[in-house]
Amino acid sequence: MNSLRKADLKAFVAAAVIFAVIYGLLQAEVIGAFWELNLVLIGINIILATSLNMINGYTGQFSIGHAGFLAVGAYVGAIMTVKLGFNMAVALIAGTAAAGLLGFLVGLPTLRLNGDYLAIATLGLGEIIRICILNIDYVGGAAGLMGIPRLTSFPLVFWIMVAILFFIKNFKNSAHGRACLAIRENEIAADTMGIDTTKYKVMAFTLGAAFAGTAGVLFSHYFFIAHPASFTFMRSFDILTMVVLGGLGSMTGSVTGAIVLTFISAALADFPQWRMIIYSLTMIILMLYRPQGLFGSKELSMQLFRSLKIGGKKQ
Amino acid sequence: MTATNHTATQHLLDMQNVSIVFGGLRAVSNVNLYIDQGELIGLIGPNGAGKTTAFNMITGVYVPTEGNIYFDGKLVNGKKSYQVTKMGMARTFQNIRLFSELSVIDNVKIAMNMHIQYNLPEAILRVKKYFTQEEEVTKRALDLLKLFHLEQHADEMAKNLPYGAQRRLEIARALATEPKLLLLDEPAAGMNPQETKELMEMIRWIRDNFHIAILLIEHDMGLVMGVCERIYVLEYGFCIASGTPDEIKHNKRVIKAYLGGEAS
Repeated sequence: MNSLRKADLKAFVAAAVIFAVIYGLLQAEVIGAFWELNLVLIGINIILATSLNMINGYTGQFSIGHAGFLAVGAYVGAIMTVKLGFNMAVALIAGTAAAGLLGFLVGLPTLRLNGDYLAIATLGLGEIIRICILNIDYVGGAAGLMGIPRLTSFPLVFWIMVAILFFIKNFKNSAHGRACLAIRENEIAADTMGIDTTKYKVMAFTLGAAFAGTAGVLFSHYFFIAHPASFTFMRSFDILTMVVLGGLGSMTGSVTGAIVLTFISAALADFPQWRMIIYSLTMIILMLYRPQGLFGSKELSMQLFRSLKIGGKKQ
Repeated sequence: MTATNHTATQHLLDMQNVSIVFGGLRAVSNVNLYIDQGELIGLIGPNGAGKTTAFNMITGVYVPTEGNIYFDGKLVNGKKSYQVTKMGMARTFQNIRLFSELSVIDNVKIAMNMHIQYNLPEAILRVKKYFTQEEEVTKRALDLLKLFHLEQHADEMAKNLPYGAQRRLEIARALATEPKLLLLDEPAAGMNPQETKELMEMIRWIRDNFHIAILLIEHDMGLVMGVCERIYVLEYGFCIASGTPDEIKHNKRVIKAYLGGEAS
């Protein structure tokens, strides 16, 4: 019990150190505006990837409509601040709740589907959300919702991200998380072990959608605008790619995937003609040589390092 | 056959005139079967006799077309699998269905999920309740693994266990739900005679140690005859005989069903 709390404390200290270093570099203007923007984007992408990992990686339900929930969060949050004049806290709560509620309502019927069918349903859902937004004049339609104040800052993104990572980590290590893993491994067996599979599938889907909503609020309040074109199914695939790259079912994998892909994409910003080529080559090489993703379903932890060391010595 | 009465009885499990129809096929017809507390019952029959279908009706996978199934005085018909498990039934599968990419101990812990009291916020905020219950679950899971000689594999992935150990783990996992009735679907499938003999002893030992009733589907006659107190025989969905192993051995219809030829 104490060792678990100690591990949490260590992780928290590590997060604080990382924050202090990056924040110091930002304040000293060693990191310029371009990379600051990308740091915020990395934070947002980490939230998106880890929340999608709860659905696809832990629970094994193949959802590819995450950009839809991102859009709901982005727009609901923006409506709160731009149209209704609330502050950022209200926007965050409203965006998260709205995306979560939608996830819940959509999850109830669609999570009865499996595999390909669920993928198609969620893909459709993402597009439906985008096209609805496109046709609502209240939020600007195709022109997008403009004039959103920049209320998102690097510290805000960072600490919300840390909080969500803690949430997801603790979720996985609880009875609820184990129930989700059991569904991924064998749904029939999970059912016979007394697990209400529908309940846990909907729970993971709702939580994942809600966190995507949080990311959406942060997103629209950093880039001044919420535009339907930012939430196409290509965005969903981006998030999915991060999860698969890191390894389905590994939270630290999703974090790494989000960092690596956002970084590659930013580093190649000056060579737009090469960007997609390198991006795709990375994916092809990965799928050929490591189809389970960088980490498989394992978590990156000090324990893993130790076991690797011991394993190395034995050999 | 037992006398049919259409109400809940004192039996632990009571199938009353149960039938199920798939399209034009009557997979199980008018089967009456009961199990009392602590009994060890066998369900045998040739391939396609409807044994696993009967199993699936008991455990809520299928809903009977006719007849009622009572467990512990409560109606099972129409209940979902997980609800049936919560009532106190646990099963294993003919083809092993473990959570193969999870550790052995997690397999058992998952089966204990329904006895865990803390809710989602308590798990996320890691209140004291979370720690005490997680500790208890881990301890109980390890104890159970010890009983099945699996404790040294606790942190291995379930799929890496040898076949016999996977069978044992599946039984241990079923027991972790704290059932009153354990249903074993062909536990000896793929085992050699020596392993089957060990399994036989284990089944008896489980019944005596956990004080539960066991319903066993099996092809291996030696196992069924050696361990069961009463046996039901199915053929083409009908229950053609029931009784003690000795009665079944000498039952002409059973011999005919298994060996073919004329019953004289």
